[in-house]
Amino acid sequence: MADLKHNGSNGVAKSIEVDHIVKKYGDFTAVDDISFSVDDGETFGLLGPNGAGKSTLIRMMTTLLPITSGVARIAGHDVRREPDAARRAIGVIPQALTSDLDLTVEENLNIYAKLYDVPPRERKKNVDELLELVDLSKWRGAQTKTLSGGMRRRLEIARGLVHSPRIFFLDEPTTGLDPVSRVAVWEMLGNIKSHRQLTILITTHYMDEADRLCDRIAIVDHGKLVALDTPKALKASVPGSNVIEAQFSAAPPDWEQQLHALSEVTSVQAEGGNTFRVLTGNGSRTTTELVELAVKSGVEVRSLTVQNTTLDDVFVHYTGRQLRDEAVKAYSFVMPPRPGLRP
Amino acid sequence: MNRTFAIIERELRKFFRSPALMLVSMVFPLIQLIVLGNAFGGKIRDAKLGVVDQDHGTQSLKVREAFESVRANMRTFLPVYYQSEREAVKDVRDGKLQGAVIIPPEYSRRVYEENHPRIALVVDNSDNFMSSALEQSFTELTKSLNEPEVQPRIIQQNVLDIVELYPYIEYMKYLLPGSITLAMFVSVMIGGGMLYIDDKARGVHEGYLVTPITKTELVLGLNGAGAIKAVAAGIVITVIGSLLAGVGSIFDPRTALWLLLLIILTSVSFNAMMFLMMVRVEDPLVPRATFGILNTLLFFPSGSIYPIEAFPWWLRGVARADPFTYAVHGFKALLLKEAGFVAIWQDLVILTLFAVVMMAIAIPLFKRSL
Ligand SMILES: Nc1ncnc2c1ncn2[C@@H]1O[C@H](COP(=O)(O)OP(=O)(O)OP(=O)(O)O)[C@@H](O)[C@H]1O
Ligand SMILES: [Mg+2]
Repeated sequence: MADLKHNGSNGVAKSIEVDHIVKKYGDFTAVDDISFSVDDGETFGLLGPNGAGKSTLIRMMTTLLPITSGVARIAGHDVRREPDAARRAIGVIPQALTSDLDLTVEENLNIYAKLYDVPPRERKKNVDELLELVDLSKWRGAQTKTLSGGMRRRLEIARGLVHSPRIFFLDEPTTGLDPVSRVAVWEMLGNIKSHRQLTILITTHYMDEADRLCDRIAIVDHGKLVALDTPKALKASVPGSNVIEAQFSAAPPDWEQQLHALSEVTSVQAEGGNTFRVLTGNGSRTTTELVELAVKSGVEVRSLTVQNTTLDDVFVHYTGRQLRDEAVKAYSFVMPPRPGLRP
Repeated sequence: MNRTFAIIERELRKFFRSPALMLVSMVFPLIQLIVLGNAFGGKIRDAKLGVVDQDHGTQSLKVREAFESVRANMRTFLPVYYQSEREAVKDVRDGKLQGAVIIPPEYSRRVYEENHPRIALVVDNSDNFMSSALEQSFTELTKSLNEPEVQPRIIQQNVLDIVELYPYIEYMKYLLPGSITLAMFVSVMIGGGMLYIDDKARGVHEGYLVTPITKTELVLGLNGAGAIKAVAAGIVITVIGSLLAGVGSIFDPRTALWLLLLIILTSVSFNAMMFLMMVRVEDPLVPRATFGILNTLLFFPSGSIYPIEAFPWWLRGVARADPFTYAVHGFKALLLKEAGFVAIWQDLVILTLFAVVMMAIAIPLFKRSL
């Protein structure tokens, strides 16, 4: 497309470019000097716990929030200077479910197609095609309130695509869904990507989701970008290649230190209930030593697993915290923080 | 413009899909019309009146005959005969009687001697309305007793006329313009206030704002939708209310046209006022909390329940700044006085100006971002 800006070095078009972007609410910095860019056709993940600044970042990129400083370019358009051009290029699924419950699936899609000025004929074609893609054709005449949470998410995803945008922003599209519905949403996104030329920016606080969907992941914490790379490279960047998770019958007071002293161990984390997560560069050797240590100390090993490092470990490594603890807050209808309402 | 219509389409589809809200906005004013119309302003009927005749003469008989004719015709009160004055007064005090009349001994003699004949009326003056109604009815009665040439039959006929021509409906007619206006206001409170803020809080506006819709299109769509709902409520209540209250002027095509224009302008200016009030509100509690206050502040000073002429100066000031006042005035002129454009053009102009001023303040305050 003509309005694409080409990156000089490798010639790959950039769909999204964010340059030293900052968002301040009074004294509070919600997004603190973040820069990254997303290639055309890439699926890019923003990973971070509640309050990390993911939604704020998306809202700035999608022209919803004024940018305090820095630049965001969408499909080559500076969102501050040419917000309308940017809006035409993007589809956005906000964090909150906002489809109208009283309207039917099809009406919800049509209203949005009209808001995007999609000509009637194209509108019909798009709606039909999208309903097929998100597997809601059977439900097109159903009132949205009769749909399950997962189906509503799929409707919203279709809604964000009625005008055939090139860039698609999804803010936590699977939060509040059960595991089966989550997988369905993932498959659907993959399906859509295989049918359309689409760049996706997705936020999540599920590691497995980011791992499975994204070509590259940016980890955001407290408004700062702490890591950015492919899932594979991120995992490789964590010292240690295996994780041993072990539960003991009891843990002597300095147990954590003792575990840390085993060879090749890079970090140890107490998870409560006498369970420890040990990161190591050599899984088998550390495991042997760990069992020996337990026998010597008269501590029984209740369970023991050895895995490759996951994104969870990556997250802990970069932020010093566990993401999962914060992600269990089950919510499906929590409203995103609104401007003007300090939490 | 297509986008404006998309917003209006969405709002109207929702509106007609959930009739509960629509009903609330119309049922509330109708109930008020029926209940207030019948509760107030109706003539007192069948008030129990104790009668103690201590005279037993020909003249006291005449008084009692007059009472009986009231009982038979106008039915303002129902005479209950007592032997003892003390008992009657006690029953007034206890609320068993609404009042008591005592015809003293020697009453007939005094009438013949023309020596200041007197009848005593004992009223429960803690009930202002009842006691003044009884007093008034008695003043009339004694006046006719004082005019010997007027036959009781003529009183009877007078009374009959009043009863036949205006049974209760009079006050309902008087209330109708207020009820129509109120219906539009309630619709705006719900549609332009509550639903608007709920949508904002739910993130529906966030969905609008990421589309290329312009600020003007958005403002027009939101306000257009709100005004259309109010117009629907206004038309429905005008028709139902007129039929209930027995107002026939809606059947005159010219009047109907002016009514429609007045309904539209009232809806637009109410909605503009609500838009200004809600333009920066985020919290869904705000419109709910202000509902009652706004109602009192705008509805009662408008002259729809009580004439503005009876207000103290400061309340007249409120009435003058209140768009309700002009709407109510316009509806009164069209529905009750069957007046035409001449009587309402000022109201139309003021309502229009009001809407323009409200929008002129609101639009710059409206943010096309979160
Ligand atoms: N209008 C506002 N005024 C003040 N602070 C705000 C406002 N909106 C957001 N914040 C703060 O900015 C920070 C980032 O919020 P944001 O919604 O972007 O987080 P998030 O990463 O999307 O979290 P979640 O996973 O809960 O959606 C939070 O600490 C939040 O409290
Ligand atoms: Mg968020």
